[in-house]
Amino acid sequence: MKVTAPGRALLTGNAAAAWAARLARVDYVPAFPITPQTEIIETLTGWIDAGELDCRLVTMESEHAMVAAAGAAAVTGVRVFTATSSQGLLYALEMLYAVAGWRAPLVLVNVSRGLAAPITLEPDHNDVLAARDTGFLQIHCATCQEVLDSVLLAFRLAEDRRVRLPVIVNQDGFYLSFTREPVELPHPETAAGFVGPFDPGSLRFTASAPISQGVAVLGGGPYSYFRYEMHLAAQAALSVYDEIAAEFATKFGRHHPAVEAYRLEDAEFAFYMMGSFATRAQEAVDCLRQAGWRIGLVRPRLLRPLPDARLRELLAGKKAVAVIDQNLSLGKGGVLFAELASALYGQPQAPLLVSFVGGLGGRDLPPEEFFAMAEVLKAAAQEGVAPPPRLLFTAEELAEVQKLRAIAGAERARLKEAP
Amino acid sequence: MSEKKPSFPRPLPSTHLLGTGTPMCAGCGGLQVLHEIYDLLGPKTVFVNAAGCLTLLAVYPFTPFRGGWLYTAMAAAPAGAQGVRDALDILISQGRLPPEENLEVVALTGDGAAYGMGLSATSSAIERGLDFLYLCYDNEGFGNTGQQYSEATPHAARTATSGGPRGFFGYKKDLFAIWAAHRPVYAATVVGAEIMDLARKVEKAKGLKGPRLILALAPCPTGWDFDPKETVEIGRLAVKTGIWPLKEYVDGRVVHTKIPHPRLPVEEYLRRQGRFAHLFQPVRQEELLRELQAQVAAYWAQVTG
Repeated sequence: MKVTAPGRALLTGNAAAAWAARLARVDYVPAFPITPQTEIIETLTGWIDAGELDCRLVTMESEHAMVAAAGAAAVTGVRVFTATSSQGLLYALEMLYAVAGWRAPLVLVNVSRGLAAPITLEPDHNDVLAARDTGFLQIHCATCQEVLDSVLLAFRLAEDRRVRLPVIVNQDGFYLSFTREPVELPHPETAAGFVGPFDPGSLRFTASAPISQGVAVLGGGPYSYFRYEMHLAAQAALSVYDEIAAEFATKFGRHHPAVEAYRLEDAEFAFYMMGSFATRAQEAVDCLRQAGWRIGLVRPRLLRPLPDARLRELLAGKKAVAVIDQNLSLGKGGVLFAELASALYGQPQAPLLVSFVGGLGGRDLPPEEFFAMAEVLKAAAQEGVAPPPRLLFTAEELAEVQKLRAIAGAERARLKEAP
Repeated sequence: MSEKKPSFPRPLPSTHLLGTGTPMCAGCGGLQVLHEIYDLLGPKTVFVNAAGCLTLLAVYPFTPFRGGWLYTAMAAAPAGAQGVRDALDILISQGRLPPEENLEVVALTGDGAAYGMGLSATSSAIERGLDFLYLCYDNEGFGNTGQQYSEATPHAARTATSGGPRGFFGYKKDLFAIWAAHRPVYAATVVGAEIMDLARKVEKAKGLKGPRLILALAPCPTGWDFDPKETVEIGRLAVKTGIWPLKEYVDGRVVHTKIPHPRLPVEEYLRRQGRFAHLFQPVRQEELLRELQAQVAAYWAQVTG
């Protein structure tokens, strides 16, 4: 596929991520292949080989090494992009904490995929949520266009002097990574103008300005101080993001607020979810509206920092909200549910929250499930009591799993009997 | 190879680049060797550090380094070195950094990282031909956590996790051979006590580009249990008894730079350290001592033919 920027092109989420890195004029990409992220680094490699992108790409032996190299290069003074998925993000987890602590302003695209065991290639959000507390900020995308735009926004956010924290841009595996959508490619000069040149700040290793980075501290005092500094920077990132997103909207005509609210103004009910499946919720909202429902959708694009105050504002006075988690914190439940509940705690006009866990390991969320969830919301609002959290799982799916189990049992028995 | 012949003996640097007042143990063989090597490399050096004893050299707000220093994690020093090296190359090639601002990138690790957790990262950095110097201070155990055995611990040594009358069950991994099998541009073993040998090797390594190993035996007073004033003597004895062969790998060949002759019995080295005391007390373990001596003899018989 030959695409020449600018203009509209049919791009996968992976290609959109690669285009964004190219438009941001990244200097360095340490990489390691993992499905479904691989296409991103293959695309970048192709451009580098063809002389279309002046960038150094190094294939490391693991994601742990990849993120170590990424952080080290960023604090030495170059613009760094990298990408991973699932097990790879988990393998790098130790280094995510480290490079965030170095305040290395790099951008990492995560292509969401469920975690072992059992092993799967299909998406859910448990991988990226495991990185929730690392110090990386998180932007969650619902479309391929958003993937491209968010990477550009992420570089601005990461490199801003008031922030200086790395950013994860998340897209759902397969649903976005391998789905072609029309994507508006900005003019390279405009994009470069928006992102600006890389500013290493006070961090860089050179002969004339030596620094020691990532040093030890003695005692909880300085440790708490530096960790809290990171927390404040992450919080400050919210208003910085607003500024950057507004500038982006002026330059490119596309606005990506920290929280997206869809048909919410007069809504009594709302769906709350993030990622590409939220586009399903949007469809469901339209259908339900036609049927006379007053329902909307709230989709946080930023998960870290979480725009708590805005969520409180948006949801104040709603009767009930269905929180749909594409993740499962084992022994607790949905992560988004717990996060939203904590944001709304003690609010006088807080809605009733109903927890649903769905879309695990690539399981689809069909329209009728959204309609069913809406019915549950209505009933809960009438009774004033939220039903217990439930897994979106049908009787047919259960029957299918039982069939698989029966086959596995029969096979085991057959092997035992075999001479 | 167009090898620049380092001319030693000549005066070694008389002032230390590495600042004083570090929290290292008295008599630390790792600190000794770092002092010597840093002086030879000069201030245009950035150390990329793995978790180990020397992690605690820089404690906020102080640093003893005149150049750069980056703490990564236990398994990640070679990968961190890759990032720093690549970034410097990019900046210099694009004219964003003048060449005189360039730095020698050194991965600094203990044996726990070098022989174990960080070995995959090391192997891959060599395979990628990374231009870096890898300095391992080998104190033959996890030193900063109280000397538990590592993959570099010698057979029969007592550590916090290898007690009992026979000490450590395993055999020291041959990291030098592992490096040599990767065909790096240079690999050498050194010890702080043999400073002229060390200086020649560091000088040689400094003049080369590509993956280079300096593997330094680092006598450890607290872990090996000897008086800190004996660090140099213990280091010398490691060489004289043939336990720590001084050698280098250049152009596919291994050359021994110091062949102990006559070789002192290994006992002379073992007796001086508490970690081997169980070989002599309460009863002399003849069989184990013979085995240890035989290993050393077999090594030298093989390499000197």
